[in-house]
Amino acid sequence: MAFIDYYKILGIDKNASEKDIKAAYRKLARKFHPDLNPNDPEANKKFQQINEANEVLSDPENRKKYDKYGEHWQHGEEHEQYARQQQQNRQQYGGGQYSGFGGGYGQGFESFEDFGDAGGGFSDFFQQMFGGGGGRSRGQAKYRGQDFTSELHLSFREAAETHKQTLTVNGKQIRITIPAGVENGQTIKISGHGGPGNNGGPAGDLYITFAIANDSNFKRIGADLYANVKIDLYTAVLGDEVTIDTLTGKVKLKVAAGTQNGTKVKLKGKGFPVYKKEGEFGDLYLTYEVQLPTNLTEKQKELFTELSNLQS
Amino acid sequence: MTTTLISTTEFCTWHQVEHSFIHSLGDAGLIEITVVEEDEFIPETQIQRLEKMVRLHHDLDINLAGIEAITHLLDRVEVLHREMRTLRNRLNLYEGD
Repeated sequence: MAFIDYYKILGIDKNASEKDIKAAYRKLARKFHPDLNPNDPEANKKFQQINEANEVLSDPENRKKYDKYGEHWQHGEEHEQYARQQQQNRQQYGGGQYSGFGGGYGQGFESFEDFGDAGGGFSDFFQQMFGGGGGRSRGQAKYRGQDFTSELHLSFREAAETHKQTLTVNGKQIRITIPAGVENGQTIKISGHGGPGNNGGPAGDLYITFAIANDSNFKRIGADLYANVKIDLYTAVLGDEVTIDTLTGKVKLKVAAGTQNGTKVKLKGKGFPVYKKEGEFGDLYLTYEVQLPTNLTEKQKELFTELSNLQS
Repeated sequence: MTTTLISTTEFCTWHQVEHSFIHSLGDAGLIEITVVEEDEFIPETQIQRLEKMVRLHHDLDINLAGIEAITHLLDRVEVLHREMRTLRNRLNLYEGD
């Protein structure tokens, strides 16, 4: 796994003092703290990196280990063990020299992967290098776990009803109740379902953003719905009853005689459910589109001509 | 409508904060503290907001004045986010066809 340059993350020199490290960490933490950057996964990620860098560099033991092995951290401990083994051999048998990284040093040593999960959203690099007991400051610093973000796609109709859904987030199944009326792009927070906290810190939160599909019949703005209703010329001129679709079924509507193209009608309470207000609905706004007849027969043309003459 | 109240003592124990900090937030009008039979409580609806203030104070050493300013700004950001979402959805009506 890739080496992480903690000095670069904090924007400091390798010779930075403890005071410099602290100042750099504070400055960046205030910039990228999740509470100051709501709904910003990039800022959250950056904050995690800054915390991890501070965890290593602010602890003298961790920093020493990190500085010593640097980019060659993967071979660092193995080399040390090999060197100690060689030293023991020399003491036991006398003489001889070892040639540094010769073969065999990789055998019989503890796998770093066996250190177990250090928790708290630390990178694999950190966990490999410092494992579960990395540094004394880890026993002191309590960090909140990382926040997770997820996107959930709902159909138009699904968003209109309160229902339960099961999601898999980071390998864990979570069952949530989605209230009717959620909006496209709306984000809800499920507290405590983010990453585990570090050193007894609280777990992070899960943020779910909804992506609601459009509907072919209705356009939605908040809890109000908008639809076009096609009516023929004769209905518009003479008036009639029409059956239209609403979200909850069909309704009959009286079209008044002399209805103009573009006339709007409001059906109160026939819109989308209002989010988290059971029993409350927005309104449905209908716009009449008067369809002029085409492909007239000769007889029809005659009658329209007569009508036209009567008008003048 | 019933309001669930959380004891400030319980909150302070769980979050390892001083009572004085909670009182100062109450005095600044940032949270509402209710007294019931000499015990102090916070409405459950304000807990999330209060936890955020605690984190600002603990994680970032932000003082009371800073918490107040930041909280107001974050409230404004939330309103702007909602407005943007509404506007995007409206725009989608015209671009979505």
